[in-house]
Amino acid sequence: MNVFAFVGARALAALRGWGHAAFFVLELLAAVPAALRRFSLVVVQIHAIGNRSLLIIMASGLAVGFVLALQMYYALVTYGAAESLGLIVNLSLVRELGPVVTALLFAGRAGTSLTAEIGLMKAGEQIAAMELMAIDPRSRVLAPRFIGGMISMPILAVLFSAVGILGAYVVAVLLIGVDAGNFWSIMQNQVDVWRDVGNGIVKSFVFGIVCTCVALYQGYETQATPEGVAYATTRTVVISSLAVLGLDFVLTALMFSTR
Amino acid sequence: MRQSATEKQLDRALPDRPGLNPDTLIEIDHVTFGYDPRRPILSDVSLNFRRGKVTAILGGSGCGKTTLLRVIAGVFPVQQGRVVFDGEVVDARNKEQLYRLRRRLGMLFQFGALFTDLSVFENVAFPLREQSDLPDSMIRDIVLMKLNAVGLRGAAKLRIAEVSGGMARRIALARAIALDPELIMYDEPFAGLDLISMGVAAKLIRTLNDITGATSLVVSHDVPQCMAISDHVVLLAPQGRIVAQGTPAELMASLDPETRQFVRGEPDGPVKFHYPAPEMAVDYGLRSQADARSVAP
Repeated sequence: MNVFAFVGARALAALRGWGHAAFFVLELLAAVPAALRRFSLVVVQIHAIGNRSLLIIMASGLAVGFVLALQMYYALVTYGAAESLGLIVNLSLVRELGPVVTALLFAGRAGTSLTAEIGLMKAGEQIAAMELMAIDPRSRVLAPRFIGGMISMPILAVLFSAVGILGAYVVAVLLIGVDAGNFWSIMQNQVDVWRDVGNGIVKSFVFGIVCTCVALYQGYETQATPEGVAYATTRTVVISSLAVLGLDFVLTALMFSTR
Repeated sequence: MRQSATEKQLDRALPDRPGLNPDTLIEIDHVTFGYDPRRPILSDVSLNFRRGKVTAILGGSGCGKTTLLRVIAGVFPVQQGRVVFDGEVVDARNKEQLYRLRRRLGMLFQFGALFTDLSVFENVAFPLREQSDLPDSMIRDIVLMKLNAVGLRGAAKLRIAEVSGGMARRIALARAIALDPELIMYDEPFAGLDLISMGVAAKLIRTLNDITGATSLVVSHDVPQCMAISDHVVLLAPQGRIVAQGTPAELMASLDPETRQFVRGEPDGPVKFHYPAPEMAVDYGLRSQADARSVAP
């Protein structure tokens, strides 16, 4: 009986948590139109979330492009297919690595920053002060960050892939000596803008929504203590990363299954 | 027959309700509230706050003073009873009504709650920018006027990280009065201030109240400052129990042991210094719990 009670209590608590999070997301979405009317607030957040993540995103994209080109070359040259390197690197980046690695880096850089910022605003009673000034913190604080994250993520993912392809070009063409014409032309012939690049952008857009929602929810619901903020930032990274990896599998199955 | 929304609204507006004094801005009517419903912070509390007066709410730590302010502002829904603000029952679940009422109040938080990413000027301008359509030139004039009232016009360009605790409290006060609220609530305005800043803060509260005609609620455990500036004093005990209330002179002259202990700051009396605990000998293992119980009166 105790086991049933324990499992039941845990299940109810989990359901309550999911319900709470669902209401949070609905309230956040309801606050989006008000935030869009004051787009200057969104621009500030795009700068804070997007621009300030550029360095780590581009450095990581370059490193991934380097390594991917090397590994692919070692594998393809055995079968005399080194010319396809550009295509494989491109598809890997725009379909999978670009959106996924960008989202993981986003969760670590921008997500934790959002959680800590909102959590500390709550601990410092800034959120409560806003409420008492009859200013809705969802519209003034959360929604601009949500839109900023949603817009920034696809742009960052595109930049990650672009820099990665350039990195692969440097290694494959300039260092190893793969034919530049083949590198670009096979890529151009085989990569479909809508199916490959477009789906990659859709993926990163979904990841942007998920990562930003998780970060904002964790910050907004954190216990207003130093430990609470620390746990919340950790949870942001863990939950966002797991959600991105899980969603990536589902989206890949939905987007690329018919080819 | 079902009531229309307008009728319900009219039912809630109670200016002519028998027994409600028109001088009363806020009525706390048998309010019970606890963050955990099994452990009430406020238990069946009834109080009235008069318009245009400075009322000090005194009491030891944890007796529910700050919670009382938050219940008045509708931050938490009460579990029993009701809070009436200017004839209207505060419904913490009705966001529209709540925000309408909150536009009429200003609150000074214990630690200021200033926006750390904004300058001093922008902190005070914040409610004006958010709540009004005033042009920038007028907002600038109002902000400088409010900062001047708290003696910090010269600090307008400073970052929040550059101001002291006392200055932060005064900036928060300037922000709280930016929209000329009818009700100003001060949560521990004297905590952590040096004697000069404390005197300045107390004088400001009184002066602002007299100039603007607002109603002020001051939550504090600083007896001398509150006695000096208040028209009315309420002394609370744990669970919001009202120990005494009256003018500062009446409370100072009170012969009630609990009131005397608090206003004179006596370490022991009806309010015990020690949190309830077993005998010290039991905690040190010199005597068993059973022995201690057997000799207890």
